[in-house]
Amino acid sequence: MDWWQGAAMASILALLAAFILLPVGRVLWVSLLDEAGGLTLVHFVNFFHRPLFREALWNSLLSGLLVVFFGSLMAVPLAYFSARYEFRGKVLLQTLATLPLVIPPFVGAVALQLILGRSGMINLLLMRWFDVNIPFMEGLAGVVLVQTLHFFPFIMLNTAVSLANIDPSMEEMAESMGCHGLRLFRRITLPLMLPGYIAGSLLTFIRVIDDLGTPLMLNYKNLLAPQAYLRITTIGIDDVDGYVVCVVLVVLSLGSLLAARKCLSLAEYATVQRGAPVTRAIHGRKRLLVLSFSALVLGASLLPHVGIALLSFAKVWSFSVLPTSFTLDHYAEILFRVPYFVQNTLLYTLLAAALDVVLGAAIAFLLLRSRLRGRNLLDAIATLPLAIPGVVLAVGYLRLFHGWDFPGAGGPLTSTWFILVIAYATRRLPYTVRASYAALQQVHVTLEESAQNLGANRLRTFARITLPLISSGLVAGGLIAFVTSCVELSSTIMLVPRIEMGPISYGIYIYMQSALGRGAGAALGVVAILIVSAGTYLTHRIFGGSTGSAFRV
Amino acid sequence: MRAAEVRLENVGKRYGDLWAVRQIHLDIARGEFYTFLGPSGCGKTTLLRAIAGFISPDEGTVYLDGSPVNPIPPWRRDLGMVFQNYALWPHMSVFENIAFGLRERNLARAEIAKRVKEALAQVGLEGTERRKPSQLSGGQQQRVALARTLVIQPRALLLDEPLSNLDAKLREEMRMELLKLQRDLGITTIYVTHDQEEALALSTRIAVMNSGRIVQEGRPRDIYERPAEEFVAQFVGRSNLFTGVVLRTGDGMIEIRTCEGALIRASLSAQSPSPDPGKRVLLNIRPEAIELIAPGEEPPRANRISGRVAASAYQGSFLEYEIEAGGKAIKANVTNPKGKPLFQRGDEVALVFAPEDVGLVKDFRESL
Repeated sequence: MDWWQGAAMASILALLAAFILLPVGRVLWVSLLDEAGGLTLVHFVNFFHRPLFREALWNSLLSGLLVVFFGSLMAVPLAYFSARYEFRGKVLLQTLATLPLVIPPFVGAVALQLILGRSGMINLLLMRWFDVNIPFMEGLAGVVLVQTLHFFPFIMLNTAVSLANIDPSMEEMAESMGCHGLRLFRRITLPLMLPGYIAGSLLTFIRVIDDLGTPLMLNYKNLLAPQAYLRITTIGIDDVDGYVVCVVLVVLSLGSLLAARKCLSLAEYATVQRGAPVTRAIHGRKRLLVLSFSALVLGASLLPHVGIALLSFAKVWSFSVLPTSFTLDHYAEILFRVPYFVQNTLLYTLLAAALDVVLGAAIAFLLLRSRLRGRNLLDAIATLPLAIPGVVLAVGYLRLFHGWDFPGAGGPLTSTWFILVIAYATRRLPYTVRASYAALQQVHVTLEESAQNLGANRLRTFARITLPLISSGLVAGGLIAFVTSCVELSSTIMLVPRIEMGPISYGIYIYMQSALGRGAGAALGVVAILIVSAGTYLTHRIFGGSTGSAFRV
Repeated sequence: MRAAEVRLENVGKRYGDLWAVRQIHLDIARGEFYTFLGPSGCGKTTLLRAIAGFISPDEGTVYLDGSPVNPIPPWRRDLGMVFQNYALWPHMSVFENIAFGLRERNLARAEIAKRVKEALAQVGLEGTERRKPSQLSGGQQQRVALARTLVIQPRALLLDEPLSNLDAKLREEMRMELLKLQRDLGITTIYVTHDQEEALALSTRIAVMNSGRIVQEGRPRDIYERPAEEFVAQFVGRSNLFTGVVLRTGDGMIEIRTCEGALIRASLSAQSPSPDPGKRVLLNIRPEAIELIAPGEEPPRANRISGRVAASAYQGSFLEYEIEAGGKAIKANVTNPKGKPLFQRGDEVALVFAPEDVGLVKDFRESL
């Protein structure tokens, strides 16, 4: 065994412990201490005795399940269309279906307010024509609506991949035995596409629970994430209830992760693919049906994009269907007067992505190529951030690093901008680990061995054989980390030390607090959408056109 | 067990501008074991899938028991298919896999349980009902796939390279089992393979296919012993092909001068009608028909060609030689002469073979 593998393993584990295990452990620890410093469960008992918290827990669960439910209604048919049918406009469908993901959900929330809100475009028209007002955006319904429109592509993309991976002979066999139509779908297709569907649903559920921006923007606070945020920011870092809410959040998303894992392991099938998956050309009424359903779903999910674009150019837009006059001032504001939001975002997210690529590659290498003990532990810890809500991580950092001067930083880590880089790198690490792991798995070990056999040492082999072969996987993983960090709000909002250290997502949040700032906030939103689109486009190019690979788990 | 007649009339299937198969006529009788044999891309799987109903022919008609089935979907044809990769459903247990077709036919629970049990016994897999396909070995998966198909008592069995995913030893075992099972049940079976040994061993009749056509159809013996075309001679078994000119005929013999200058006598008993002197012909001599002797020895057979051993491979029961003779490499498989010395690389030898073992390839088209 090579000593350097052990050393690498030890240092990576130490790093992960410091920035993942310790902060979360600290949150748990605080929630278990009574005033005298003894262990107690009394805070949790209190949590379940308070109607406010019980309701928040119930609402979080409910919103997660509702978003998965409504998202499935939109996503599963679209996934089936794109995996099984051949028709003009299919590429457009596949492209448009990834667009909801490029708009940060809290930006989408503002935009949807303008279109579907009480005095938004649609309701103004409804009032004018029929004298009715439909409260699309009120309370939990509004949150669920925004999140469904934002997150359903996760379900669609993962399901479509699963569908495409089903060996056609599985269905042909059933057909030759007399099974067809809906019955064939229920007995063969549906069970075989479950792995992708479950993965997509899990991802959606966890992200919904984690989403802090949407409820804050819609001013609906009775969910777990906003409760944790409000306790900590208004009552203070020492308020135990905030920590208890955090622990409940972690339990909820970790529990769903484990439950999904259990389902997945039961449903994990090796589907060997024979040639290209079968697609069927459709015509006439069926084609019309498919196209109108797709247009309806995608049309609705692109409403936020339209709203935010309009708002960013609007001089005045209130109580009117469309803005009454247009201006470029908002862009001047964010590009020239406060350019730091955009600059900060690029600096932080690119740094975080670079860190993640290096760490991800190293972890993947240790997992696949070393025989060290503790690889399972490493894998588990590196995956853990998927199930840690941003709020919880942020609270953990604040608590852990507070009042402890980091050498060279001239203050605690939490008062430098580097804490944001750390938070982003930590939260997105699972993506690059996964991407590198998948890439390295494709490189058969004999490719490396034959290089060594021909005289290349370990380092040369890595540089000339392994690295070139996995580089596209590494870059793709890095891009996913970059793109998703650009619109991160739930830990950002707590960790930004000073306003001029804030990234775009923070800027949008601040601007959106006042009616006057909405235009500039929207302009920032448009910039965020452009950055994310560019990153997503690049990822697709690298993955070779398999649409949406960036958002699969 | 029911057994269907299968007839194809002028069947053709096109992919874009390319015909995968075209002008296929064939007639498969009840209980036959009929094999489509050919290299990959020859259209054999396309034909099988057309019979199963997964693709519909662009021209021609498929008949089952005399009635045309072109518009009938696969689920109403009542044919049992076994796929190359077995297509066992991973989310169902062995029992559920085998019971699937019976449930589709709305059989009673007790009847299903009984028939699944019988089917498993038939393939020697009793007691595996609760396992998942992934917990079975390749050979066991193959048996489950077969049981799943047989249990519905289909009108015909369609097999798409079912043995190609097994290792060599298992493949031979399964081949024998399949043979016995099919002959016992008497079920019409259509088999697709690129393995000529498999085709010869299993079939009652073989259709050798090349680039979308059937180039020869016949019993295994016809195909091997009297290949009609150069392609068949080379694809089925190993062969030594000589082109030459007929010098004279008579006394049931025909004398040919090959391009390399050797004189070869062929017996006419098997070949009819006899070609005229001066005509170009193609000769086929199987490697196992050739015997090797030392140059000085008296030839026990009528034909003799001198050569030099270019390579020899010891195969246990026989030796595989490559002999260089007149600028041509000739293959010869010689039974292991146990205890006696073997010819070595570089040895001068004489190849001898009987006139009865020289085949004239029938449809030889002059290519010069």
